[in-house]
Parts: sequence; structure tokens; C-alpha cells
Amino acid sequence: MAAKKITTPLTDDVVRDLKAGDAVEITGVIYQARDSAHKRLVALIEAGEELPFELQGAVVYYMGPSPAKPGRPIGSAGPTTSGRMDAYAPLLMKHGLKGMIGKGLRTAEVKQAMVDETAVYFAATGGAGALLAQRITGNEVIAWPELGAEAVARLEVVNFPAIVVNDCHGGDLYEEGRKKYAREA
Amino acid sequence: MSTIREVDVHEITAAVKTMCITANYDLPADVYEALKQAQQTEESPVGVEVLGQLVENADIAARDRVPICQDTGFAVFFVELGQDVHLVGGDFEAAVNEGVRQGYGDGYLRKSVAEEPAYARRNTKDNTPAIIHTQVVPGAKVHITMMAKGGGAENMSSLNMLKPSQGWAGMSQAVVDTVSRAGSNPCPPVVIGVGIGGTIDMVTVLAKKALLRDIGSVHPDPRIAGMEGELLERINALGIGPQGLGGRTTALAVFIEEMPCHIASMPMAVNVQCHAQRHKSVEL
Repeated sequence: MAAKKITTPLTDDVVRDLKAGDAVEITGVIYQARDSAHKRLVALIEAGEELPFELQGAVVYYMGPSPAKPGRPIGSAGPTTSGRMDAYAPLLMKHGLKGMIGKGLRTAEVKQAMVDETAVYFAATGGAGALLAQRITGNEVIAWPELGAEAVARLEVVNFPAIVVNDCHGGDLYEEGRKKYAREA
Repeated sequence: MSTIREVDVHEITAAVKTMCITANYDLPADVYEALKQAQQTEESPVGVEVLGQLVENADIAARDRVPICQDTGFAVFFVELGQDVHLVGGDFEAAVNEGVRQGYGDGYLRKSVAEEPAYARRNTKDNTPAIIHTQVVPGAKVHITMMAKGGGAENMSSLNMLKPSQGWAGMSQAVVDTVSRAGSNPCPPVVIGVGIGGTIDMVTVLAKKALLRDIGSVHPDPRIAGMEGELLERINALGIGPQGLGGRTTALAVFIEEMPCHIASMPMAVNVQCHAQRHKSVEL
């Protein structure tokens, strides 16, 4: 599969060009954030306070790494289940978030928000944490270090492999792929 | 009269530490082979690509001595304690937990246990406490199996208190429904452990124990082997595929463990396991 090369931050034009089923390779800065970090990000937005990173055009990676061995930027670093961030994702998209990397199903509200706000959801391969870590070249915790693996980190990635699951046109690879290969048992 | 054998719990700590690390770095050979096999049979190009990534990932983890997955799991132990063993040198469960503490620390494994789950959800910072299931058996050995159980797949598991009238048809449908609902969430291809019978506590332990079987092994009871084959076929007909992106390989195996149950009950539990089916055993 030939992958589309994209760089962050994402523009609306780049997002519109992505279709469910496309393989991509992402280069640039993405932000690590999972459960506790999302709760705090949303609290900051609701309080009208500044976020630890620029949300406009940003891509978040739902991930909490294992500890880095000496001499490495990060430990194993595969995606976590995205559904736990569904409660927070629409508000972040409303404030400029353009891409989410994770694994697993999203709610109808989140998918609608992707259409309304021109955003995209990528799946990285869950359980391929050792392989994906090789595409992460820089890692700096920028907020809430006390959260450990749940802190917000600025990650530099090079050709990070992912697949478009939900595009901004309503396409859904989880539904389409499953339908294509389902059969009578 | 049998001789009592002394086992120092420090030996248990050392063995547990090693198992925590190696279970997380080295994918068992049966799982590795099953992934390679699936690469040959999968029809979806995306699915083949994903399976290839998983094989490569296992190679990198083993070579670089890093975790297969960043979710290095809740540490679950199944202990068979010979009744002629006298444990000396300290508290047995404390010794297991100390092994977990050392393994998850020295092995650069993620600490994924939160205390006060309803409110504070504070990380215990050393991946303790472990879950320890101990069974006393004849003999003078201590057999310990460690399983690193990730959260994403565990969350997709189900407990089903069915009616006896529903029979195997109702039960098998409930297994398929559990996997169907889970979709892409538990990192397919999955391994499915099914517990049948017992009580609500025991049926979930049976389902988890079922996951310890080697992929490719055939259940000695042909009746159960047939049930496992039927479930595997139905699950792989769902079309979920590797990572839920569509394909034929949704599950690598289905394993069933059963025991008698109350005349009024028909408990059934499904323990969902991601493709990173990590476990190690040791005998002391």
C-alpha cells in the first residue's frame, strides 16, 4: 500500500484530501494525551485558560508509553483505545484539533464532529508499540509530569504509519471494512 | 509419609521478576507462528499489512529487549502450590508483589495500576498489587504462571448469567455478540477464553485460565474441541479482521474451560485477549 505523506500541523485542505482506508505516514510534531490529560485539557478550555500546546491544526496521539530505556527517546508507544476520549474529543475539535491517532470505535457524536469541524481519525496498529516507537525521534513532557504515562508530551515523529478510519466526509473504515469481509457462518 | 520441602520465598521473588520482564519482551512462539500463518491466509491487504507489522514488532521487541506493547498489563498469577512445600523466608504474597515491583521497575515496564478506582485513581507506581490465584495441589513443587493482561482487551470481556433453557445456542451467540460488540477495540486478532459453569467468581477465572492454552492445541474432550472450532469459525465470519479494519482474521483461537454449575444457573464468561498474549511459567 502506497502511503500518503502528510506533515503536521494539519490544514483543512490536507484533511479533506484524506479518505477512509488511506494509509498515511505522518511527519512533524504530534501531542501525546490520554484519559487524565484530556480531562484537564477540557477543564482548561471551559475555564477559558491557555492550553499547554497550540490546538489549531494539532494532532493528538492517544498513547501512554512504557518508560524509555537509557539512550532512547521513548519506550514502547502504541495507541490506546480511543473511545475513552470520546467525551472530550468534540470540544477539542471545536477549538482547532484536526487529527486524532488511536485505535478502536468512536461514537456517532465524535464522527459528526469530524464532519462539522473538518477533522480526521487515524488508527495506528495497537500492540505494535516497539515498532511505532522507532518512528518517534523526540519526546518532551510539556504538561502535568505528575501524571506519568498520562502526561502531555510533544512528540517528534518521522513517517509514523497510520490508516485513516474516519474521514471528514463521513467515511468509516471500521464499518466499511467489516461489511466487505463479513460472511454467513 | 511425604517429606516436606522448603522453598524460600526469595526464589519466588526472583522468578516472578524474570517472568514479568520476559513475558513482556518475548511473544510466545505459538502466538508468533499463528500471526505468521494468518499473514498467509488473510484476504484483506490492510489486514496482511497489519499482521506484518505485528510480526516485525515482535522481532524488534525480542531483539531490542523492549516491551511488545506499552500496556505491559496487570500482573496476574496462577500458582499451583504443592501441599508438601513449606514456604520460608517471608510472606508469600508479599514475595510475589516484590517480584512484580522489581520486574516492572528494572524491566522498564509501564506501571498501569490505579488505586481508589472510583475517585482518586492514583497510580500505585510499581504495578502492584498483583492478582494471585493460588491452588493447593499434591506434590512438593511450586508452579507459577504469570500473565500480563492489558486493559483494552480486558474491558471488552463479558459475564453472562444465562438461563439453562438457552443451551449452547444461546451461549455461543453470547460469545459471538461479545466479540462483535468489541469490534476494533481489543486489538484483534484476539484470543478468546470462555468459561462455562461454576459461579460468577469461578466462571471468570475459568475464562482467564483458558487463555493459557497454546494456540494450535486441541482440547482433549472432542465435544469441547468441536465447540471451540464452531466459535472460531463464527467469529472469523464477522469480518472484523486485524485491528478491526476488515478481514478474515478476527480471532487466532477460542479456548473453553468448563465445570459443573448450579441446577438453576448457566454462567458463561468471555475473557478477551489481544494478540499480545503474554504469559510465562516457571516451576520451583
